[in-house]
Amino acid sequence: MSGMPSAPALGQVGRLRSLADFYVTTMRTEIQTQFQYRAATYMYLLGMVAEPVIYLVVWSTIADSAGGEVNGLTAGDFAAYYIVWTLVRTMNIVFTPYGWEWRIRNGELSGQLLRPLHPIHYDVAQFAGGKIPWLFYYLPIAVVLTLVFEPTFDVRPAEIVVFAVAIWGAYLIRTFNQTALGLVCFWTTRVGALFSLYIVLELLLSGRLVPLTLMPDWVQTVAWFLPFRWTFYFPIETLVGDLTNAELLAGLGMQLFWTLVGIGLFSLVWRFAIRRYTAVGN
Amino acid sequence: MTTLRVALLHLRVGVMNDLQYRVNFALQVLQSILAVGVGLIVFQLVFSHTTDLNGWTHSELLAILGVQAVMAGVVHAVIQPNMMRLSEEVQDGKLDHALTKPVDAQMLISVRQVQLWQAVDIPIGAVIIGFALARLGGNVGVLDALAFAAALAFGAVLLYCFWLVLATGSFWVVRMWFLPELFEGIFQTGRFPVGIYPDWLRFGITFLVPIAFAITVPAEAVTSRLEWQTLLFAALFTVAAFVFSRWFWRFGLRHYTGASA
Repeated sequence: MSGMPSAPALGQVGRLRSLADFYVTTMRTEIQTQFQYRAATYMYLLGMVAEPVIYLVVWSTIADSAGGEVNGLTAGDFAAYYIVWTLVRTMNIVFTPYGWEWRIRNGELSGQLLRPLHPIHYDVAQFAGGKIPWLFYYLPIAVVLTLVFEPTFDVRPAEIVVFAVAIWGAYLIRTFNQTALGLVCFWTTRVGALFSLYIVLELLLSGRLVPLTLMPDWVQTVAWFLPFRWTFYFPIETLVGDLTNAELLAGLGMQLFWTLVGIGLFSLVWRFAIRRYTAVGN
Repeated sequence: MTTLRVALLHLRVGVMNDLQYRVNFALQVLQSILAVGVGLIVFQLVFSHTTDLNGWTHSELLAILGVQAVMAGVVHAVIQPNMMRLSEEVQDGKLDHALTKPVDAQMLISVRQVQLWQAVDIPIGAVIIGFALARLGGNVGVLDALAFAAALAFGAVLLYCFWLVLATGSFWVVRMWFLPELFEGIFQTGRFPVGIYPDWLRFGITFLVPIAFAITVPAEAVTSRLEWQTLLFAALFTVAAFVFSRWFWRFGLRHYTGASA
């Protein structure tokens, strides 16, 4: 009521507003940090670009030697696929299980648990903020790749809109999957082997290694029912492929579904994991 | 002579240190097998759509994959750990401890750290090479074998020189955390013959990052496609790179002004 300086308990709206405020501030800080270490970040990105360039060169070579196309994909199609791939990859970089391993082993988590917000908010906000500078870093790389590999594009406005949403869907799915995996570090501090297994599955089933249409039919079927496909192949295909509006919407629906599954899985594991946490140091 | 003895002693201590952590061995084997498995699957996909890649058959590409694994083992077990430690010590001002010892500083900073289990890639790579040769069926002559051994040695030295030059960069650029990622990305280009890459990239991974010499040339030797001129050139390039990297290391050292006591 009147006369009270400020209510100690915020309402639902107030809580959401302060959470939004927190996200904006964290993202802004991260944007400034990332812009500060330009050279280092660029070097990191260059290392990352090698991966799609290798795939691209190999498959264009095959397309050229096989009379122009492989399974209906021309060298230009491969170029388009892997150039968009690079953007999607930049956008779906998330806090890895190695980060959790380090955080738990060094007792770094203790301080983070004392804060009023769940630590996941910091990770989501921080990496989301990092995307903005990385987008700027991506642009010259995209220009160079476009000049060198001459992609063929045919994009509708609706596809661009869906793409802009889908890259964030991919970001969230990967975030929660990898965080759930990272929580395994509460039980063991050697997550490397498990994470490698995850990456191998992702390589094969997401379209990260090759466009999924080059995979055997049964692999494509399996991939449709797993989350990986929606973090690479679907966002890339929105721009590169010829998806109908219904397919675009269905894809976004699947992304929403897997994001919710990821959040559910993460919350469940977190509840058990956090009971096991005993700080070391700090 | 003393230099060599000190180097061997350091390496032995490093090996003994890692021998304490045996579970890591099993985990590393698993990870290496996964990495090689992905490589094999990629080849399977590639050759379900074509019969040769830039003149290389499936079996010959397997030899490349094997050599790449061997080199990855060498880099990850010995070269990279030492160079990253150098970079970190320059950043923290701790390099003084190495510089004040009465032996050659370059030798010392190159042998202080060993990650033994990373070396499992070497036998795994050797098995793949053996498998590739068995599939090729041809006999590897004595000369081919010698050329292969020499090419491998040149490749390893070149990768060492490359890493030394990068790590020496720490004397000017302080934050070098990105080095492993950068190297790893570029090193993956070695899983395919350098001939398939566009000219500018081929030049880069031949002379700037010595991937071609470290991986493609040994693989050419073992599949009997190597010309002796290439090997001679690799030898000269290795000598030049070694001289240059040693000079650059000493040049960088003059910029080092320790920060700690």
